[in-house]
Formats: sequence, structure tokens, C-alpha cells
Amino acid sequence: MTAVGPGEIHPADDDREIAARQAVMAVSAAARREELDSVLAALAPLPEASDLRRPETGLVMTRGRAGGDGAPFNLGEATVTRAAVRIAEGGRTVNGFAYHLGRDAARARAAAVIDALWQLPGRRQAVEAALAPVHERLTAERETAARRTAATRVNFFTMIRGED
Amino acid sequence: MYVAVKGGEAAIDNAHRLLAHARRGDPAIPEISPEQIGGQLKLAADRVMAEGSLYDRDLAALAIKQARGDLVEAIFLVRAYRTTLPRFGYSEPVDTAAMAVERRISATYKDLPGGQVLGPTFDYTHRLIDFLLAAGATPPEPAEAAAGEGEPMARVTDLLDGEDLIEREVAPDGDMPVGDLTREPLDFPAERDLRLQALARGDEGFLLALGYSTQRGYGRTHPFVGEVRYGEVAVEFVPEELGFAVPLGTIDVTECQMINQFKGSAEVPPQFTRGYGLVFGQSERKAMAMSLVDRALRARDFGEEVTAPAQDEEFVLAHCDNVQATGFVEHLKLPHYVDFQAELDLVRRMRAEYAARRGEASEMKEAAE
Repeated sequence: MTAVGPGEIHPADDDREIAARQAVMAVSAAARREELDSVLAALAPLPEASDLRRPETGLVMTRGRAGGDGAPFNLGEATVTRAAVRIAEGGRTVNGFAYHLGRDAARARAAAVIDALWQLPGRRQAVEAALAPVHERLTAERETAARRTAATRVNFFTMIRGED
Repeated sequence: MYVAVKGGEAAIDNAHRLLAHARRGDPAIPEISPEQIGGQLKLAADRVMAEGSLYDRDLAALAIKQARGDLVEAIFLVRAYRTTLPRFGYSEPVDTAAMAVERRISATYKDLPGGQVLGPTFDYTHRLIDFLLAAGATPPEPAEAAAGEGEPMARVTDLLDGEDLIEREVAPDGDMPVGDLTREPLDFPAERDLRLQALARGDEGFLLALGYSTQRGYGRTHPFVGEVRYGEVAVEFVPEELGFAVPLGTIDVTECQMINQFKGSAEVPPQFTRGYGLVFGQSERKAMAMSLVDRALRARDFGEEVTAPAQDEEFVLAHCDNVQATGFVEHLKLPHYVDFQAELDLVRRMRAEYAARRGEASEMKEAAE
């Protein structure tokens, strides 16, 4: 691994950082509001979060592709709620964001706070640990769904008719 | 022509109070909740999301409750609601190859990679009314089987790609503009992006009838269901302030890959052509009908003669939206008093002229005799 001097940002590290942040955002986006509230409760005491943008519900036009892999087209809109907060702690100021399907402003704001806290190096591990039960629930549900679907798999067999 | 008519406010207020009362039904029976509608009448909510062109199951369920189960009315409510919200932007195109599949079947390949899973389907049920449901029986736990490593379910249309036997879709590079009929009114000829958008939100019954008409010979396309799949896909959006794709959550969609009979030309050897269907929620009927009509509407691309309604894009696209259609049909019940008075005058004049002509004719006849 290439050594990275202080203050330098290696592009690959940057990509990894974004991928890790996206993974946290994906868990938050799939979490219930009560789950995000428990995550924040587990991380208390929390620095005060100010609204960069008050939670707001709007629309995102979802897209598909012709034939699944061709030219994009507009499939239809979805309600999306977004929130943006600013948190200052330990001499660092970070901005947290959330964009979630649906219209739950409190849920989006909680996720934005989680996104901000995750960006604080001193809190990252604790945030990921607090989100772990949510991640486990989602994984378990996904696995159950996959096993139930697998039970409906069709195993074809060919009946032999006549001779040969 | 409409003329403002005064009066009737009290009647309207009381009619709406009566509507609320009728909506509630017998107070001795527990009130239905939007959660019950979204959870137990899920396919109704799915249809409202698809044709309301707004993915929000809770909202669709509430609209169904408000509309007393009238789905076109619920779709209208959802369409009206969306106009109150700002648009944040456009998502990245969803990747249906990465779908968490709950159902996937093919009528063209028995043993396609990833296999066939039936999922929760009405297929192979006997369509006998189940009186146990009225009695409130608890269903058994679903069966489970090892999901295995989850062999990826490649698109059926990629299977023969090595041989180019099936037409390939070409994704344009970069930022080709994508038509959006919620932004600019539909204009003809419409390209495939706009056609697919219109079909995805089009009326299921209308598209079903048109798709059926192509099977019966009105614009025949010799279709095979290459694949139908239903499941969850992730939606991502790139907000300006972040500059990377943010996962918004997942949506349920149904996709149909229709494979149709060959086309070729002097330059291209014969190959199967394709029609595509993609809709919000679980609706195989709609996705299949959409893919049939999509293929029929590609007549122009393949130099086919346009002879049938399903191939006529202006006919299809101008009439597939049930909110527009219901608006224009139902506006006929609004006061047309002045219009009708004018028509009454006209028909009276015509009758007077007719009577006058008859009178003259009989006078002439008498005179001749």
C-alpha cells in the first residue's frame, strides 16, 4: 500500500471512503425511524446539530433503461425526503446529509445526523457499531426472503416417452 | 363553453358530508387503515403507484381509502399530490440485473442461468373462491429452501448475445437528454424514451386490450416472454452538494422482456426483436402488456407498415393516460347549459325549415294534382 503523507488524499482512499459512507447511508435508508432513534440514543451525548437545510419532502424521477440495459427513460417519480445538518465537535465541523424514499422528515434528519457523526474519526467506529443491529436485521430479512423464494424454484425434469 | 353558475354550495357541502359518511360505511364494522390497504391490498396500491406515476405505497393506500376503492380516482389524487412537491432531480437508471428477485420465469428457456422461481403468484391457483379467507384463517408459514450462493440471474436477452440472434439495446454514451412528459407536453413522433414513460404510467386496461389486439392480428409481432421478473431494486441519486450516488432505498418493480419475431435487412442478418415493460410494484399483466405495445410501437424503427391501433403512437400515447381520459370523459357531466341551449335553438330552426319545406312540397303536389 502506498504511504500517504499527512494532508494528502489518495484517490483510492477517497473512493473507499465514499463507498463506506454509501454503505452507512444504505443501512440508514432501509432503517425504521425507531431504529435510527435508538442508534442516536446509543451514541449520546451528542453535539448539537444545526439544520443546514430543514427536512423537506420532494420528488426524484426514477429512471429505467429500455430493455434493462439500453437508453435511459423516466419510469415515474418517487417521494423523497432530504435533510442536511452541521455538527461541530473536537475542533471539526462536518455536514451530514440524508436522502430517503418516503415522507418521514424525522427519519431523514436522524440519518443526516448519523452521516455527520460517521464522518468524525473519533465516532466512526461507534456509529458503525450502533448501526450493526439494523444491518443484522436487514440481512436476516433478506436471507429469509431469499430462502422463501428459493422454495418456489422450479426443478424441471423431462419425462421419457416411448422408446429411446 | 362553460358559464359560471351560482348556487348549489350548500348542496355540494352536504354531498361531500354524505360522501364521507358513505366512505366510512357501517360504523359497527371496524374502520380500514391505510396500513391494511398497503399491506393486504398491496396490488391495488401497486397499481395506484404505477399509474399515479408516484412511488409511495403509504400515499397510494391512503388515496385508495379516500377514493373508496375507486383506483382511477385514487390515481387522480396521487397525480394531484405530486404537483405540490418540488423536484429534486433524476435518479440513476435502476439496474434490474441486480434485482433481489422474488419471481422470475421464462417461456423461452427452461434452464436459464439462475433458474426459474415462481414467487408469490396467482398462476396455477384454481381460481375458486376461498371461503377460508372470509373465516380469517391464519396461513401456514412459507416454505424455505437453501438459497445457495445465489447464481446471478443474467438478463435472458444476454444469453444469446454471443450469436447476435437477439437485437441488442444500445446505451448511448454520456448525457443524452432523456425526454420527460411531465416537463414538456408529448409531441409526435415521440421517441422510445417518451413512449416507455407514457406506457409505464398508462392505464393497465387500455394497454392490456391493445397488447391483446396485437396477439389477435392487429399488428402481430409473434411474441415470446423471454423473461418476467419481480423484486426489489436499489435507487440511487446524485445530489449536487455531494457529487456521489446516494442510496435512496429500494423499490419493487416488475420487468418483462418480450422477444418477438425477426427483422433483418440488407445490412443486418435476421434477428429477434424486442419489446420492454417496466412498472412500479408487482404487475405482470401490466408489464407484459406494456412490452407488447412497446414492440408494436417500434413499427417505424423496423419499417413495418402501420395498420393497427397498437402501432399508431399518437393513438396509443394520446389515449393511454387514464387521468386525462377520465377528465375529458367525465367533464361531460359539468354544466353545458348554454351549449345545449344553442343546440336546442339550432335543432328547432332546422325542424322549422324542414316543416316549411314539407309544407311547400305538399302545396306543390296539390297544385300539380
